[in-house]
Amino acid sequence: MTQSLLHQILDYANRADPYPIYEELRKTPVHHEEDGPYVVGTYYEIRSLLHDPRISSDARNLASTAGDPLAESAQEEETALPPGFLRLDPPEHDRLRRMTNRPFGPPHSPHRVDGMRGELHGIVSGLIDGLGDTGRIDLVEQFSYPFPVTVICRLLGVPRDDEARFHTWADAIAASLDPDPDADPAQGGKASHDARTQLGMYLAGLIEERRKNPGDDILSELATAKGQDGAMTTMELLSTAALLLIAGHETTVNLVTNGMLTLLRNPDVLQRLRSDPRLAVPIVEELLRFEPPVQLVPQRTTLADIEVRGVTIPKGASIWLVLASGNRDPERFEDPDRFDPDRRDIQHLGLGSGIHSCFGAPLARLEAQLALSELARRLENPRLLEDPPTYRQNAVLRGPRHLPIACDGIRP
Amino acid sequence: MNGDGSLERLRREGRIVVVGASLAGLRAAETLRDKGFAGSLTMIGDEPYEPYDRPPLSKQVLLGMAPADSTALPRRRAVDATWRLGVPATGLDMAARRVRLADGDEVPYDRLLIATGVRARPWPREAEAELDGVFVLRTREEGAALARRLADGPKRVFVIGAGFTGSEIASACRERGLSVTVAERGAAPLVGALGGVVGAVAADLQREHGVDLRCGVMVTSLEGDSSGRVRAAHLSDGSTVETDVVVVSLGATRNTEWLAGSGLGAGPRGIACDAGCRAFDIRGIVTDDIYVAGDVARSPHALFGYQFLSLEHWGNAVAQAEIAAHNMISESADRLPHMWVPAFWSSQFGVNIKSVGVPSLGTEIMVPQGTLASRRFIGVYGYQGRVIGAVAFDHARWLPFYQELVETTAPFPPPFPTVDRHPDGQRPMDADFPDPSVPTHGPTVTLSGYSPADRRMTFTPAH
Ligand SMILES: Cc1cc2nc3c(=O)[nH]c(=O)nc-3n(C[C@H](O)[C@H](O)[C@H](O)COP(=O)(O)OP(=O)(O)OC[C@H]3O[C@@H](n4cnc5c(N)ncnc54)[C@H](O)[C@@H]3O)c2cc1C
Ligand code: HEM
Repeated sequence: MTQSLLHQILDYANRADPYPIYEELRKTPVHHEEDGPYVVGTYYEIRSLLHDPRISSDARNLASTAGDPLAESAQEEETALPPGFLRLDPPEHDRLRRMTNRPFGPPHSPHRVDGMRGELHGIVSGLIDGLGDTGRIDLVEQFSYPFPVTVICRLLGVPRDDEARFHTWADAIAASLDPDPDADPAQGGKASHDARTQLGMYLAGLIEERRKNPGDDILSELATAKGQDGAMTTMELLSTAALLLIAGHETTVNLVTNGMLTLLRNPDVLQRLRSDPRLAVPIVEELLRFEPPVQLVPQRTTLADIEVRGVTIPKGASIWLVLASGNRDPERFEDPDRFDPDRRDIQHLGLGSGIHSCFGAPLARLEAQLALSELARRLENPRLLEDPPTYRQNAVLRGPRHLPIACDGIRP
Repeated sequence: MNGDGSLERLRREGRIVVVGASLAGLRAAETLRDKGFAGSLTMIGDEPYEPYDRPPLSKQVLLGMAPADSTALPRRRAVDATWRLGVPATGLDMAARRVRLADGDEVPYDRLLIATGVRARPWPREAEAELDGVFVLRTREEGAALARRLADGPKRVFVIGAGFTGSEIASACRERGLSVTVAERGAAPLVGALGGVVGAVAADLQREHGVDLRCGVMVTSLEGDSSGRVRAAHLSDGSTVETDVVVVSLGATRNTEWLAGSGLGAGPRGIACDAGCRAFDIRGIVTDDIYVAGDVARSPHALFGYQFLSLEHWGNAVAQAEIAAHNMISESADRLPHMWVPAFWSSQFGVNIKSVGVPSLGTEIMVPQGTLASRRFIGVYGYQGRVIGAVAFDHARWLPFYQELVETTAPFPPPFPTVDRHPDGQRPMDADFPDPSVPTHGPTVTLSGYSPADRRMTFTPAH
C-alpha cells in the first residue's frame, strides 16, 4: 500500500467504490496517521461515539485543524453565516433544535411532514412529466437535484415566484461543496460566497415579511415563535434556514440518485417495487445503510482524553466517524455488502445517531420513498447508460454527478 | 446433548405450562416456539383477556386517546397454545408436577413458567376501599372504569401515592383539565425511585402543571356519603380534601398466594430465582423444572453485588421471559444468564423520564448534562465510588452512554467534562433517598436481600 488510508478515502479515483477501503479501515478500530484525524469505521464504536457526551460538534473545541484535510472547507462554508445547530453543542444546540422542531414535527406539529405528501407527489409528477427525450436522461440534473430544493422552498414558505432564484443560489453553494477540479478555485469560492450573501439577504427580507404577515410555513412560525424557549434572533433564524437548505438538499439528491442507480443494478428489486410501491419503505432504509449519502461525519472533537478499544484519543483531537463503513461492518450486519431490502434488522447509521441525528429524517424518507416508487412505476424499461457513472468530487456527501439513463417511454 | 435424549423428547413432545398470560407469559411462549419447542403449550391466565399491554393504561387510556380494550399486545408470531383464560391457578404440586386450577382441573407439566406478576395494592381499609369512586389501576378493567369516570368530569381527583403510576395518573388528569390533589407520604414525588434531588424537580413539575401536591402527609381515612360514594379524604395534617374520585396508587403486591404451602420459595416479595430464571424452593435449593419471569420474580444481579432485585419494568419482563424460555429447553451448558440492565421509562407532565441501572441504590448524584432548573438533564447516581444508575429527563438520547458506565462499573464521579461544560456538572451531592425502612409509594426496583430463602421484609405496606 503506497497511499495512506486517509488519502485513499479522499482520492477521487475511489469514489465509485470506496467500500474496499472501508474494509481496510475496519481492521484497526481507530485509524490515525501522524497529525491527522482519528478515523473510526466500526459500527459499535461509531455508535457509542455518537452518544458520547465527551465528543463535541463545535469546531471551536478543536486544538488544531492542521492535519485535517476536511477542516478547511468547513471553515470556508461558515464565513457568510454563523454555524447552524449542526455545529453547536448543548445547550444551544438543544434549544435551537427544539425551536425548529416545533413547527416541523411531533409533538407540536405531528402532521407537517405527512401533510406534504400530496405536494411532494405533485413535484415528483411534474419533474417526471418534464423529463423529455427518453433516449438520454440525466437523472441528477433533471430530477434528483431540483426535487429537494423545491421541497425545502415549500417547507420554508419561499414564494413560488422566487423559487428559480433559490435554485440558482443553491446550485452555486452546492458547487462550492463540490469543487470542479479543473475550475479556478478562487472564482468558485467567490461565486459561492456571493450566493451565500445573496441567499442570506433574501432570507432576511423574507423573515422580515413573515414577521409582519405570517403564513403557516415553518419560517413564519419560527419568526413569530414565543414558546418557552423564547424567540430566535434573526441571525439564528438565518443560519437555521440555511442549515435546512444545505442539510436537506445535498443529501437527498444523493439518496435519490444512489437509489435509482442501485435499483437499476438490482432489476429484480426494481420490478418488485414497480408492482408494490409499499416496498419503497424498506428499500429506502436499506439504501441508507448500503449507499448512505453522508459517508462520514468529520466535524467532531474530543473534550477529554477518551479510550476507544484500547486506543487513547487525546483531548482536542479531530475525529471522523465513517458512517458508510459502520453500515458495512460484518460484526453488525450479516452479508453487509449485499443490497437486501428484506433485512429485518436494519439499524443503520445513515442518518446519524444521538442528539445530532438527522433532523429532517421523516421528510428525507418520504421524499426518497415517493421519488423512487414513482420513478419505478412510470419509467418504461429504464436502463443505465454508464456504469459506474461520474461521481461528484465530494467524499463526504458522496453521489453521482450525472446519472445518464434511458427508457422506452413514460407511463402516465 | 443429554445422553438419554430426554431434552430432545421434551423439545419434541414435552408439556410446558405458563401461569400468568400477560407480557412475560406471552413473550416466553413466543420464544419457546421460536426456539423450536414443538410440544404442548398451555397458557393459564386469571384475566379473561388475551395478553394486553399495561403502560398505556395510565397514559393514552386515561387521556381518552385509546380505549382500554385496544392495548392488546402485538404478537411476534403464532404460539399454538391451549389458552385457559379467566381461570386462576390455585395451587402447585411440585412432586406430582401439576398446577391446580380454580375450576378443579389439574394441568400436568414437564416445565412450568410462573409469570403471575403483581396486582395493585388496595386501600387497606376495606369498607373505604369499597366506596364508589375509589379506584386502583393495574388491569384493563380498572383502566376502563377509571377512564370512564374521568370522562364524566369529576370535580376533583385525589391520588394517593406519587410513585410513577400515581404521577402519571395525575398528569393525565391535568391534561384533561381536571382538578387533582396528590398526597405523598415521602418528601417528594418519585422520591423512592429517584431520590430527593430529582424528586424536587418532579414536585416543581407537578405544581407548575396545577397539581395540588401535598408531600409528607398520610391519608388517614376516606369518607363516603349516604349513598356510598366517596366524598372526602382526611389527611394526617388534619386537613380534608373534598373529592369524588380517589385513585389508590400505593405500589404492588406480588401474586404468589396461590403458591402458599407448595414448597416453592415464594412469598410477599416475589419468587426467588437464579440468574438462569430457575425458581428456588423454600430450602434455597434451585429447582430444575420451574422457571420465573417478570414482575413476580426476584433474581440476583452480577452488576449489583448479586443482590436479589425485584423489577417492575416492562423491559425486564420481556428480557427475562426470553431467557427463561430459552433455558427451559436447553442443556445446562447452553443456558444463558439474565443480565438485563434495569431500564425504565415514564411520561408525565410532558416530560419523558428514563432510567438505567438502579438509581435507588445510589447515595450521591451529579448532573453532568442539562440542568435541574430546566428540567432537562441527566442525573448520574454513585454508590461506593462507582456509577450505579442514571436518569434522564428529556435527555434520553444520552442514556446509552451512561448505561455503559453502569455496565462497566465506571468510577463515580465520572472524571470528565461533557459537551454542556457547565460549572456545576462535576459536583456530586447527596442523592437524598429516604430511609429504606420508611416506605414510599411504589419504587419500581426493590432490593430484596442476598439469599433466596431470606424472608426479611424490606418493603412493608404503607398502612
Ligand atoms: C398502569 C401501569 C403503567 C405502567 N407503566 C410502565 C412504564 O411506563 N414503563 C415500564 O417499564 N413499566 C410500566 N409498567 C409495568 C409493566 O406493565 C410491568 O412490568 C409488566 O406488565 C410486567 O409483566 P408481567 O407479565 O411480569 O406481569 P403482569 O403484567 O402483572 O401479568 C401477570 C398476569 O398473571 C395473572 N395472574 C396472577 N395470578 C394468577 C394466577 N394465580 N393464575 C393465573 N393468572 C394469574 C395476572 O392477572 C396477570 O394477567 C406499568 C404498569 C402499570 C400497571
Ligand atoms: C437522505 C437524506 C438525508 C441524509 C442521508 C441525512 C443525513 C444526516 C446525518 C448523517 C446527520 C448527522 C450529522 C452529524 O451527526 O453531525 C444529519 C443531520 C441533520 N440533517 Fe439530515 N440528512 C438527510 C436529509 C435531511 C433533510 C431533508 C433535512 C431538512 C429538512 C435535514 C436536516 C438535517 C439537520 C438540520 C441536521 C442537523 C441535526 C442536528 O445537529 O441536531 N436532513 N443528517
